Amino acid sequence: MSTIFRPYNSSSGQRSDRSAGDRLRHRQKVREAIRNNIADIIAEESIIGKDKNRIIKVPIRGVKEYRFIYGENAPGVGQGGDGEPKPGDVVGQGKDGKAGHQAGDRPGVDYYETDVSLDELIDLMFEDLELPDIERKRLRQIEIERQFRQKGFRRKGIRVRLDKKRTARSRVKRKKASIKHHPGAAQPQRFPFHEDDLRYHHTITDTRNESNAVVLCIMDTSGSMDTMKKYLARSFFFLLYQFLCTRYQNVEIVFIAHHTEAHEVTEEEFFHKGESGGTFISSGYNKALEIIEQRYHPALWNVYVFHCSDGDNFESDNEAALKAAQQITETANLFGYGEIKPLGSGYYGSSMITFFSQLQAANFQTVQIQKKEDIWNSFKTFLSKDRAREDAA
Amino acid sequence: MAAEFTIEDLERWNEKIIKLVEHFGLDPFPQEFEVCDHEDMLSYMVYSGMPSHYPHWSYGKNFEKLKTLYEYGVSGLPYEMVINSNPSIAYLMRDNSLALQVLTIAHVYGHNDFFKNNFTFRSTRAEYTIETFKSHANRVRHYVEDPSIGLDKVEAILDAAHALSLQCRRNLAIKKPSAEEELKMKMAESQPPTDPFGSIHRRRETTQPDLNKVPLYPDEDLLTFIRDHNRQFADWEKDLLTIVHEQAQYFVPQIETKIMNEGWASFWHKRILEALELPQELHLEFLVRHTQVLRPSPGSLNPYHVGMKIWEDIERRWDHPSVDEIEEFGPRKKNGREKLFEVREVERDASFLRRYLTEELIRELNLFEYKSRGNEQVVSRVADDENWREIKETQSHPAAQARSRRARSPARICRKNVKIYPPALGTRHRHGHRPG
Repeated sequence: MSTIFRPYNSSSGQRSDRSAGDRLRHRQKVREAIRNNIADIIAEESIIGKDKNRIIKVPIRGVKEYRFIYGENAPGVGQGGDGEPKPGDVVGQGKDGKAGHQAGDRPGVDYYETDVSLDELIDLMFEDLELPDIERKRLRQIEIERQFRQKGFRRKGIRVRLDKKRTARSRVKRKKASIKHHPGAAQPQRFPFHEDDLRYHHTITDTRNESNAVVLCIMDTSGSMDTMKKYLARSFFFLLYQFLCTRYQNVEIVFIAHHTEAHEVTEEEFFHKGESGGTFISSGYNKALEIIEQRYHPALWNVYVFHCSDGDNFESDNEAALKAAQQITETANLFGYGEIKPLGSGYYGSSMITFFSQLQAANFQTVQIQKKEDIWNSFKTFLSKDRAREDAA
Repeated sequence: MAAEFTIEDLERWNEKIIKLVEHFGLDPFPQEFEVCDHEDMLSYMVYSGMPSHYPHWSYGKNFEKLKTLYEYGVSGLPYEMVINSNPSIAYLMRDNSLALQVLTIAHVYGHNDFFKNNFTFRSTRAEYTIETFKSHANRVRHYVEDPSIGLDKVEAILDAAHALSLQCRRNLAIKKPSAEEELKMKMAESQPPTDPFGSIHRRRETTQPDLNKVPLYPDEDLLTFIRDHNRQFADWEKDLLTIVHEQAQYFVPQIETKIMNEGWASFWHKRILEALELPQELHLEFLVRHTQVLRPSPGSLNPYHVGMKIWEDIERRWDHPSVDEIEEFGPRKKNGREKLFEVREVERDASFLRRYLTEELIRELNLFEYKSRGNEQVVSRVADDENWREIKETQSHPAAQARSRRARSPARICRKNVKIYPPALGTRHRHGHRPG
């Protein structure tokens, strides 16, 4: 009888990472599953103001392999340890048994979580979104840096940019030349690489022009905005902010907080500071208009305005608000109004959505946010590419 | 970690082991050993030890899972892995100690002998194993690359087929009748049996069999049934079902002989290593490893332990039957060795347990039967005078065997080739099993 031993081959060239393709495919499926669950994740996790490197656990249900298995009905046989097992002894827990108490002999449910950093998650979330109807504006254009375009070769460079093919080629050239130069001379056994053979890719940073854009975030911070409503509004703006930072490097963002008066605030204040007072929605709009007029002329800028409020406006201000909103729609590319009416808040104030329905403008959009799960949907309503296309059609 | 042995060491020990293998009368396929590292081992585990296997995302998922478990030290890797093919291929982990390698080499020959000689493996065509899997891989890749089919469609079929792949016949030694044979059987059944007292009985009426019924007889092979009866399927879809079915069929004998097979390999590695005159240090390590693998696992069932106990009991009962046993069964016509080889050839787990798991053994192994009650598993029967038969019946039932297979090792045992796990790890932490 013959036996063959095949020794371990440690040279990396011979070894293949055979599961690479299947792992890649699995990861694609995981990504897809995450994308489908984003609304849940955003609702469950308080991602607002969190560090970008934070790891979020995402439950994955989409990548299961289904099988028929034996149930728990049929009896099984086990082996006793020390001592005699007696009828009635409990030997294990069922599937929903609490873990940790005792090592169960049941297999786990095929359900697992994957870790995703917030950064990655945001990437995934915003894949299909964009600022709609961005127009080419005259004059000042923002320069956007797109880095690392390969252009040409250099003799000096860093290791990762080494062009192996070109390097090998120049070595061959040098070898040919040396044979030609010393005909008949004894050829050395080896002809090693010389530093002069090395060739590196050269990269240049590429710049591209993009139209100017400014996004104005207006939030109602009046007394009627309770903790829950503020939370929803901030979640929405946080997503918006993340989206802009991720996808548009040079978009300017303006934060406006209003109650009866409106102020331009910093990002920090906008997301963290609480205020109180009555509500004049028009104050926020007028402030926005004022800023637009002073700094962002619509001829040069794409203007996007988003406003979150509970719609509980002071009755006498409604007309003024409508007028200001009308003006905003005339200057802005998109004016989005999100009305926050948490379910079961027990208090139904007036709704601006009904009131704003008088406003007939294609670039004016309203959504109602009732619960955490709505945030993502409302966000998508405002920014999805599909929306832009529908409008175009 | 550098290996603490050389290939020459392994070859030297292997020669000695082979001498003993031949001396004991084992009859394995030619054997090939491949020394690999833990990454390779993970890959082999995921792809059932096959050098070539068709791609599917579930293997990627499994790889990631095993790798994570391994890297966090939750579960260990098998000491070796051996596949049923001719020549048989086994993988040895290079980080293992020499004693462990010697033990696993001996263990592998046990499995190899079992693969070659047990009747359930006749259907697997070991000579073509590698080629079959390679051909499956090529065909699946071909469909994936075909622009009119593509990955998504192939995956949809494979996902569904995997779910049903083990819904198939389990005793492949029973020939499956062809369509014509089934028709004939149906016709023959409808004829009344010849009645010796026909002259005095009233003539029975012949009932016309319903030959349009599909299927004529219940069919256990769901995948092939679907393949043959769904007219919507294109050829490539049928072929994918065939591929998944054939692979499942290849693994069925291993599923059906887990306890026998592991017991047999453990029984022989113990014999071989005891006869090998190991130097002291190797011998002590062998004893430790052997005990770790073979120790009973209270609450579940260790197939290595139960299997080996039964084999040892068979040998004892035929070599040195007690007075009672001679009285009950008559004098033995075969000696222990002959009986062992006969049993390894003609039994599978269900029949093996039914015939050779004796009352005394059930007591000795301290087996009990458990049932689900609410959310707990509760001992329902222990091995006393009234109940040992029922325990045996339960264990011989496929569901119980599926469970004991599952209970042992941390992953996908059902589609897996046999292997030994480091038991200090692995048995306690289990995540997301493939059901057996």
